[in-house]
Amino acid sequence: MPNVPVPVLVALTMLAVAAALTFIRLAMGPTLPDRVIAIDLIGVVLVCLLVVMAGVTAQQAFLDVAMVVALISFVGTVAYARYIEREGS
Amino acid sequence: MIEWLSGALFIAGATFALLAGVGVLRMPDVFTRMQASTKASTLGLGCLLVGVALRNPELAFVVRAASIAAFMLLTTAVAAHVIARAAARSGAPMWPGTRVDERPREMTVHDAIERTRHV
Repeated sequence: MPNVPVPVLVALTMLAVAAALTFIRLAMGPTLPDRVIAIDLIGVVLVCLLVVMAGVTAQQAFLDVAMVVALISFVGTVAYARYIEREGS
Repeated sequence: MIEWLSGALFIAGATFALLAGVGVLRMPDVFTRMQASTKASTLGLGCLLVGVALRNPELAFVVRAASIAAFMLLTTAVAAHVIARAAARSGAPMWPGTRVDERPREMTVHDAIERTRHV
């Protein structure tokens, strides 16, 4: 195993747990806005994971991907919100 | 020294993300869940980006980290507002302990007549 610093391992584990907890809400979510919030948070956690990986590997490409994922996640959230407002939950 | 500082920032940012996950799972209604997710995700991602910029102090990393931070600060608030408005308009149930509900009540014919009389 390559030498990954311990704080980075801890941070990656915590982010994975956060994504798992959010996924439970995505599966349970009583209303549609709950699920949209869960998807939005999963996107943010994914961006966090990419940023940590960029810090560990010193590859700029991870930060570029994080930027694109953040952008697409925002557009998707706004589109879902428009849909909820038109259709009702 | 820088290594320790950036490690501490990584753990702080991951803690905020974990708290957001716990908040989204445990909070009682849509609006409280939304504020947990939004606040913690902005702060958590900010900490992680500062950690990355400290660990790799090159222009390319710092510029990218700063632009991601600025973008998230702008869009998280907008996305949260849009979802909250959609949830409120679609009649999402509120936690029973909510004190202030500024959503307009269903207006009956009697209410409408009263309103025109006062105007």
